[in-house]
Parts: sequence; structure tokens; C-alpha cells
Amino acid sequence: MRTNLSHRKERIDRGIKVRSDDIFVLASMRDLLYVILPKAIVILAMLILPLLKDVVGMYWLNVLVTTLVVILLALSWDLLASAGLVSLGQAFFFGVGSYIAGYLSFKFGWSPLFTIPTATLVGSIICALFLYPVLRLRGIYFGLITFALPLLLARLIEATKVLGGTEGMSALPPIPGMTGKLYLLMFVVLLTLFGFRRLISSNYGLVFQGIRDNDRAVIAAGYNIQWYKTQAVFIAALPATFAGAFVAHHFQFVGVPAFAMDYSILPLTAVVVGGAGTFIGGALGAVILMPLSEILREFGSLRVVIYSLLLLLFSIGLPEGLFKYVKRKYSQIERLTTMEEVKHD
Amino acid sequence: MIEPIIKISNLCKSFGGTKATNDVSFELKPGEALGIIGPNGSGKSTLINLISGFVKPDKGQILFKGINITGMAPHKIVNLGIARSFQMSRPFYNMSVFKNLIIPISSPRARKLRGGKYGDLDEAAIHLLEEVGFERDSQVPYKEAGALPHGYLKRLELARCLALEPDIVILDELFSGMSMSEIASVVPLLERIKKEGKTLIMVEHRLTELFKIIDKIIVLNFGMKIAEGLPRDVMTQDEVTSAYLGSEVKTGA
Repeated sequence: MRTNLSHRKERIDRGIKVRSDDIFVLASMRDLLYVILPKAIVILAMLILPLLKDVVGMYWLNVLVTTLVVILLALSWDLLASAGLVSLGQAFFFGVGSYIAGYLSFKFGWSPLFTIPTATLVGSIICALFLYPVLRLRGIYFGLITFALPLLLARLIEATKVLGGTEGMSALPPIPGMTGKLYLLMFVVLLTLFGFRRLISSNYGLVFQGIRDNDRAVIAAGYNIQWYKTQAVFIAALPATFAGAFVAHHFQFVGVPAFAMDYSILPLTAVVVGGAGTFIGGALGAVILMPLSEILREFGSLRVVIYSLLLLLFSIGLPEGLFKYVKRKYSQIERLTTMEEVKHD
Repeated sequence: MIEPIIKISNLCKSFGGTKATNDVSFELKPGEALGIIGPNGSGKSTLINLISGFVKPDKGQILFKGINITGMAPHKIVNLGIARSFQMSRPFYNMSVFKNLIIPISSPRARKLRGGKYGDLDEAAIHLLEEVGFERDSQVPYKEAGALPHGYLKRLELARCLALEPDIVILDELFSGMSMSEIASVVPLLERIKKEGKTLIMVEHRLTELFKIIDKIIVLNFGMKIAEGLPRDVMTQDEVTSAYLGSEVKTGA
């Protein structure tokens, strides 16, 4: 009999994580901070950033708007993905929201106060109706249809010259005040983030996850999965159509660019970097990627190269996504353990 | 006379040129247990898929409690009271085991039968797991379902059927891949389900264990019903033994 010593890595929870798991967390300030600080920093940053107009300047506040819009699209993507629907065309939802808000405002002179909620609701219903026939498709086939839809609608608008054709609709009424605008966006982002996280862990959300894991078993439990998928599309479309309607009034213009590929790809890359299935992951990804792509503008055409390289690095090096990685480091430690391997000769 | 709970007449289904189910008819009374056996590719699974609505028949009729359910959407058939298990038991991998049962427990049918929101669903799920042989106090019900060993997955599959409180339970090769002790723990449960008046339809290859439960057997070969009756009688028929073991080579003598 021989014994070999082998080493392997093992992950265990940090002491502070274990201590702060129950009510006794209230006994220690340090434990309390450990639990609250990560959330508090995010919320504080969201409260303070819009007030920093004089410090960071209008340009960066506009970057912030775009970032928050991409977060909304990424959250929408993540909810669809948790029902097994992989969307490659978030621009579809975005564009539909944009065009409805733009049209109502351009044609009937509605104020943003009415166009944005209407576009969010009606737009989401329209998106669900549009996608209803293709909800039977799974995986990449559903993805391809969603990829084609925004391209199709953009060409359709160009060709038939409806809804302003190539020129689009301009001189829409703006949402007054940058600070208020940012707070509105942040409120919606937080509402969507916490709402979706809650929804997906509820019994209702479990059905979505069930459809993703094994749709036949969900059918065999007596659910009409076509109807549940339609509901998932409707719910996921809400933040995305809101984002579209919001941007229409932010730019005071709606045109074919509302269906641009950017709105499909940026949320996707944000989720790749941040990690799918957590909702916060996509938000974190957007917060990193959007300002980064602005900074990279200095490099001219090399920008896309650096950007793509970073994406490659992330998807190879951190396939689980940044959020899960950070969360693990925050709550667990890795250490080497020695194992005794007994070999019987 | 008791009315049959399910009556299947002249069911046919072809895939391309293959007749997977060819003119199959049978009927079952409430509380009866039927075994469906036959060699591989004899159309057992297709028959189950036809009854549960996952495959639409070309011809024939299925009556359940007098309602024509031929070609009905599978989820509607489930809600009428026919639950089925799958041969390949694929759980919802990323959920813990008891969460796997929340989906059938909160399904439209189960909710209607349980009546509203009474009782904690999680508790009901754990209780059901205990019934099919998961140890309540162990960590197993809280583990991720993807990490379960095969025997547990099969029993989870059974629990998923029972959660729907069905009138007919269709089990597709429940015993395959289960250990002897696991089967021994499930057999009394199946007998109890039968006593409660539920109708069982079981597709099986493990005949010894199957015969302990069932009252009646159907043998399929090439999609056709070649025998029907009591297990003892059927298994001695020439046609059945030749389908299972191959026919004797007739020499010229």
C-alpha cells in the first residue's frame, strides 16, 4: 500500500459571510457593512451621479443615459434568456417603442408624459403579437428570427415611406431637465432589476426557468408553454420599449437608426461580460463597456479592435461573467488542501 | 358494469414508411393497471406519445371519460387528468430538487384540485418527495437536480406525475436503470396508487417487477398488438415468445 499526497483547490465561505447570514449580523457594524455596502454603493452612485453635471460635463451625462438604456435592454435580454428565448434582436423592442412614442408625439402632439407609458404598454403588446408565431422555435432558430425582425422593419419603413420613411420624424418634444431625466431612467432601471430578480425566483418565474431547462416536462405538467412564452416576451419587452420611447424624446428624433444593430449587440456584449442569468451581471457589463467604448474613441479606428479583443478575453477567461466572479471572491476564499490518496497494490 | 376510463380504438401512426402504431385498440377500467411490453422499436413509446398528445394520430380515436381527446394539445390532456413520465428523465437542471416539483404542484390542474392557495407549496413538494422515497432529513431534496444520480431522477419523474393528481398515470420505463432496492421501494407506492383508484399504464422491460403490479398486459410488435390478456396467459403464447426471443429456425426435417 502506498500513499500519495495530492493537492487540490477548495472553495470555502469566508467567515464574515457565514456570520452575516442571519439576524446576528445586527450585532456587528463590520458584518452589517459587509452585507449592505455593495448595495449601498450602487444606490448612492445612482443618486449622486446625475447631480454632477458641472463636474463631469454634459457629454459624460449623455454617456450615462446611453449606459442606462443599454442596461434596460440587457435586463430585457436576460429575462427572455431565462425563459429559454435567446434574442439577437433587442433592437426590435427598442425600435417598436421608439416609433410608437415618436408617432404619437409627431402626429397627435402628445407630451412625453403620455407617449412613453403608452409606447411601453402598447409596444410590448405589439412585440408579443409579432413574436407569437415564432415562439415554437427554440434556441438559435428563435434567435435568427429576432435578428432579422429589426432589419426587416427598418427596410420596410425605408421602402414604403411610412412613419417618416428615411427622414424619420424629428422635432419631438424633449423631456425637460437632464437631472430629472436621469433620475427617471435610474428609477426604471432599479425597478426592472429588482422586479425581474423577484419575478424569476417566484413560482411564476420557475415556470419560465422550467421551459428553458426542459420544455416538454413543463407541457407534461399541464402548462400551455406558448402562452407562458408570450407572457415572457411581453414582460421582457416592457423595459426595452420604455428605453426606445425614452430615447426618442431624448434625441427628439425617431428614424430608421432606432432599429440599428447597436441596440441588439451592445446589450448582448454587456451580458457576455457581466454574466447571464443574474440580471445584475448585464447591468455591470454595461456600466463597464459603455464608458470604455467612449474612452477608446481616442484610438480612432483601433477602437473596435481593442473593444473586440477585450470581449474575446472576457468570454474565454471569464465565461461565467464578471458578476459571478466578483461575487464569489467577495464571499468565498480559495485554498489548497492536501489529500491523501491511498493506492492498493 | 363500470364504464371504461379510457377507450382507444384503431389508433394508427406512421413516420414516413414505418407504421409505428398500427391499428391498436384497448380499454381500461378505473383502477386497472396495464403493462405494455414489446421488443425495442415495437411502438411502445409512440403509443404513449399518442395517448398523451405529444404525437397526433393519423387515424383512430381516444376517449377519456367519454371525452374525445384525439389530437388534443398535450397540456389540455394533462389538465383533464392523464399524467405521463418520460423515458429519458431530464429534470430542470438548475433548480433544487424540491423546486422541480413546484412547477407541477402549481400547475392549473393541481391548483384546481388542491383548491386555491392553501398549504405551503414547498412543504407539499418535500412531502411528495418523501413519498417516492427521498429522505426528508437528508440534503438530497435541496440539492441541485442536475447532480442527482439516475435512480433518484427516475423517482423525481414519478413524483412529478403524482403531483398532478392524475386519474391515469402513464409511466415510460420507470424501472430502467433503477437498482433492485430502489424498485422494491417504489413497487408498494405503485400498488397504493392503484388502490386509490388511479389507472396505471406502464411500459416496461423489467417483467418480473412489472407483473407484481399489473392486471393486464399488451404485447406490441412492429406497431401491432399481438397479444392481450393476463400476464401468465400472454407470456406462454408462441407469438409472444417468438417476438421476444426470435422464432425457432424450422429445419426441413
